Amino acid sequence: MKIAVCVKQVPEGAARRLDPSTKRLDRSGEGALNPFDAHAVEEALKIRDASGEGEVVVLSMGPQKATDSLRKALAMGADRAVLVSDDAVAGSDLVATSAVLAKALEREGADLVLLGQQGSDSDGAVLGAALADRLRLPMFSQAAELTVADGSVRGKRQTEFGYDVIEAPLPAVVAVSDAINEPRYPSLKGIMGAKKKPQDALSLGDLGVEAGAAGEEGSKTEVYALGDPPPRGDSRKIEDDGSAAQQIVDFLAEKRLI
Amino acid sequence: MPTLVFLEHHDGELQKGSLGVLSKAASLGDEVTGVVLGSGVAELAPQAGKHGAKRVLVVDDPALEAPLPQPRVDALAQIVRDRGFDTVLFAGSVLAADTAAGLAARLDAGLNWDLTDLSSEDGRLVGKRPALEDSVYVDVGWKSEPRLALFRSGAFDPSESGGEAEVEEVSASFEDFSQAAKMLEQAHEEQSGPSIEDAEIIVAGGRGLGGPENFKLCEELAEALGGAVAATRAVVDAGWYPYAAQVGQTGRSVSPKLYVACGISGAIQHKVGMQSSNVIVAINKDPNAPIFEFSDLGVVGDLHEIVPKLTELVRARRGS
Amino acid sequence: MTRPADYPPPFGTRDAIAAPSDPDDERIDVGVLIVGAGPAGLACAIRLGQLLADSPETAERLGDVPVAVLEKGKAPGSHLLSGAVVNPRGLRRLFRGRMQLADLPLFGEVQSEAVYFLRPRSSVRIPAPPTMRNHGNYVASLSQLGRWLGEQAEEAGATILPETPAARLLVTDGRVRGVRTGDKGRGRNGEQLPNFEPGSDLVARVTVLAEGTQGHLTGAAIRHFGLEGENPQVWALGVKEVWRVARPLRRVIHTMGWPLRSAAKYREFGGSFIYPMGEDMITLGMVVGLDYRDVELSPHDLLQELKTHPKLRRILDGGERVAWGAKTIPEGGLLSVPSRLHAPGLLLCGDGAGLVNVPALKGIHYAIESGRLAAEAAFAALQPGQTPWTPGALAVYDDSLRQSFVWRDLEAVRNMRQAFGRGFWLGAALAGAMTASRGKFPPTDLRTEPDSEVELLRSGRARRYPRPDGQLTFDKLSSVYLSGNRTRDDQPNHIRIQRRVPRELGELWVRMCPAQVYELGGGDGEVEVGITPSNCVQCGAISARGGRLTPPEGGSGPEYTLT
Repeated sequence: MKIAVCVKQVPEGAARRLDPSTKRLDRSGEGALNPFDAHAVEEALKIRDASGEGEVVVLSMGPQKATDSLRKALAMGADRAVLVSDDAVAGSDLVATSAVLAKALEREGADLVLLGQQGSDSDGAVLGAALADRLRLPMFSQAAELTVADGSVRGKRQTEFGYDVIEAPLPAVVAVSDAINEPRYPSLKGIMGAKKKPQDALSLGDLGVEAGAAGEEGSKTEVYALGDPPPRGDSRKIEDDGSAAQQIVDFLAEKRLI
Repeated sequence: MPTLVFLEHHDGELQKGSLGVLSKAASLGDEVTGVVLGSGVAELAPQAGKHGAKRVLVVDDPALEAPLPQPRVDALAQIVRDRGFDTVLFAGSVLAADTAAGLAARLDAGLNWDLTDLSSEDGRLVGKRPALEDSVYVDVGWKSEPRLALFRSGAFDPSESGGEAEVEEVSASFEDFSQAAKMLEQAHEEQSGPSIEDAEIIVAGGRGLGGPENFKLCEELAEALGGAVAATRAVVDAGWYPYAAQVGQTGRSVSPKLYVACGISGAIQHKVGMQSSNVIVAINKDPNAPIFEFSDLGVVGDLHEIVPKLTELVRARRGS
Repeated sequence: MTRPADYPPPFGTRDAIAAPSDPDDERIDVGVLIVGAGPAGLACAIRLGQLLADSPETAERLGDVPVAVLEKGKAPGSHLLSGAVVNPRGLRRLFRGRMQLADLPLFGEVQSEAVYFLRPRSSVRIPAPPTMRNHGNYVASLSQLGRWLGEQAEEAGATILPETPAARLLVTDGRVRGVRTGDKGRGRNGEQLPNFEPGSDLVARVTVLAEGTQGHLTGAAIRHFGLEGENPQVWALGVKEVWRVARPLRRVIHTMGWPLRSAAKYREFGGSFIYPMGEDMITLGMVVGLDYRDVELSPHDLLQELKTHPKLRRILDGGERVAWGAKTIPEGGLLSVPSRLHAPGLLLCGDGAGLVNVPALKGIHYAIESGRLAAEAAFAALQPGQTPWTPGALAVYDDSLRQSFVWRDLEAVRNMRQAFGRGFWLGAALAGAMTASRGKFPPTDLRTEPDSEVELLRSGRARRYPRPDGQLTFDKLSSVYLSGNRTRDDQPNHIRIQRRVPRELGELWVRMCPAQVYELGGGDGEVEVGITPSNCVQCGAISARGGRLTPPEGGSGPEYTLT
């Protein structure tokens, strides 16, 4: 069984900033494996290990630095890595990203495609559905539990209303939530062995994707400007003279919260 | 700007979020069409009229019975193509996010998500979305049509404009792959109750509580308000409350409608986990506590007196 | 009167030294193991790469992984912090014709410099002491330089293992075998969490400890092999910020005096630095010797106070703080350097070995040179017919270091710091005499007193620290946040201190720590000390004053990028 995991490298922590010239996230600094994708890699490894056979391939689209994240996934135990690295992909939005990754996934022909629920950099929760549509495969998201058996994948999807149990025949696409597992720490042997595992680099040409279909050119959305958050309305500060509790209630009522 | 609004429903009711987006779309001026997809959902259509839809399309089909995204993508794609909608709006939810994203791929259409506002500026549609834990706002747009927008859950309140909508039944055909995923069981309540990330109201406790026994104050207020209890890292470290309730840089991030901070100073490590809350009420006896710089209502006083009184008043109000 | 040394931490050398315990098939074998991806460790790795490239037979004998570098931070650079004005000598020798300085991530040559003596609202320019002349030196961010050196080391064939602390030194039969790496996935009480991953025994022919200041295994090795220097080591705590500024700063500035007090009884030795970083950034920092006596002294808050000086306000006006960090600096000079920097199978480099020129505020080029020389010694000891663990096999390292510019420079200034133990004015006079005589004065070397043996006093100093305004001045938690610290909170506490101590000592720790790790319970005589280990930026100050910092789970701590 071949499991493909789409991973992304995201900027981290206090160093995150928006680049005022491109108005996008400044990705030039240190990055790390998107924490949500680490859950997906872990789940793929668990499924592979439980069945005793199979291959876990991790794919990423991004600049050369994205190999750090791929290496971390390989260190965790993935078997092979594929990086789609081409200058033309920079600035890709959902439409462009999903088009490129879908081609890379088609090339792999995996039985199961996993990805993290969202990116910690843009909190989208959208890539899985877009990929599934392009690949014409069944999908579900927010999976907090997964089992693979008899040619299908069954999972617990968490929604605002509770949880559903959904089953899809393989091949399928599933986006996993961070509740699904606790990603393992790579062992030292794993980290050192990662370098020796196969890592392919693909260009858009290798995938048969036109440069115009990716990057900013291939994107259908754009960023106009950065600004400060709207001021927090009229913020008030009061000192309790015995009536604070009542004033709070009045305030909450005014805001229609109670 | 012929606009289509995805109207999600659950248990026989149109979702508040969808009605909010509908109201917003109507306020932008142009003709708004709502679309309801499901099985046996015809009677939901009139509700849409009250909130600003001129027309409501209903796709009633067994393929749409389960709240799964892919058959919805099929139906919506057909409707958008056949009827030439140039804008499709979704209120954020698990189903809506998957549907909007699938539709974006299907139509090769731009999708902007996590939007908190939408406006028309100089003839183009501009969305506003927060970034970097709501510390920065970005104006985003679309380069082509159709334009898809997914709004942050709760971005708009529904407002009734008291109209009536024309209801039209539409049929759709569905791809095989869209129907392959099956819902085996639906919408079980979680045993452990909603996690704090899903809660709409949170009452959080910090050092100012004085001791673990005083978390009872937060719990009672949370119960009265119908919300969940959260804690700062300091008190979780001290063992006053479990780690699952920790909000902050190394705990969970929350964005409820209401965050009541009791005895919390507002150090940045906590702030980044809750600053995108809609309304923040802070109670702290230190008038210089940093939390007062980003709360909507700051109360300088003794929480041990204020919180129980507040709980009583809320209960009384709710009871009546 | 209270002395921190009277309350030693619950930690012993034996906790850091052990025999290998993994079964043979789980042990990991490497050729040369370097602990610490700082300038010393990476210089060693790069030099080894150069030597092995010219000697494939040696490389083959070292196995699959000829050179491995362990780094406890998230990546090389994450835990690196310095001023810094770097003397390019070490880098030139390391890259010997293969690279130009222009290829290195440096912020430009020092154009001009000034030294000031500050008073609360004024300043007096004083001539730069000869040891402090920076002509021909370059401003750099050590964190950035470290990251770049890490890339060079990898290109030279080294395997860098980030998020991997060395928890124990493996020693059998008087010979260093390698290290044991730290566990991952333990809970607050040491219990194994579901994703628990035990550390491994990493065995090597030669182990190079380049751990930097307060090296965890370095300290243990020095004690175990009896390598102590003449004087005990002493440290200073440096706290710094990086600011984006509205107007470029065109010179390197050092200050002395305010906000430190010059009277001998306070023992406040140190000063501040302000360096330009390109056109639009500057870095500024405060360095204070950790033998100060006042329990209310807070190096973090001294830096905040410094910024309120009119001279600094002018520089920072219109700017924005973009980075913060803290780290200790070994200040004992040559007399505190271990008597021997090698043992069977072991080499000691860099700040961990105390190779810092205190009056010149330089240590990076010594670290690089010592790493380079360590590589050459290790390489020689790995030739056919040699074994690195026979006594004396690595002695060539000490010999070459003693013949290098590192030793010459450190000898000339070896008594400088000790002079300042007697107060600024007397110290300055003594320092002047030392410089003029190129180190021949004084005739007998001066002793240092360990920082933890200094008696404490209280002066009401804390009243004068500025209240944080969030624009110019900041509180400790905001600073910790800016260091990028997102340490997992439910891991075991890595700080070893006595938990019930006299109030005075507790207060000393609370103020001293720049990251707000310590908190005091109630009580008058003795208090309970609360610890928030996840705030810790691993500066090492506690180790100088009655406690012991041990490395937490790999990847914890700050994620410096500009420091």
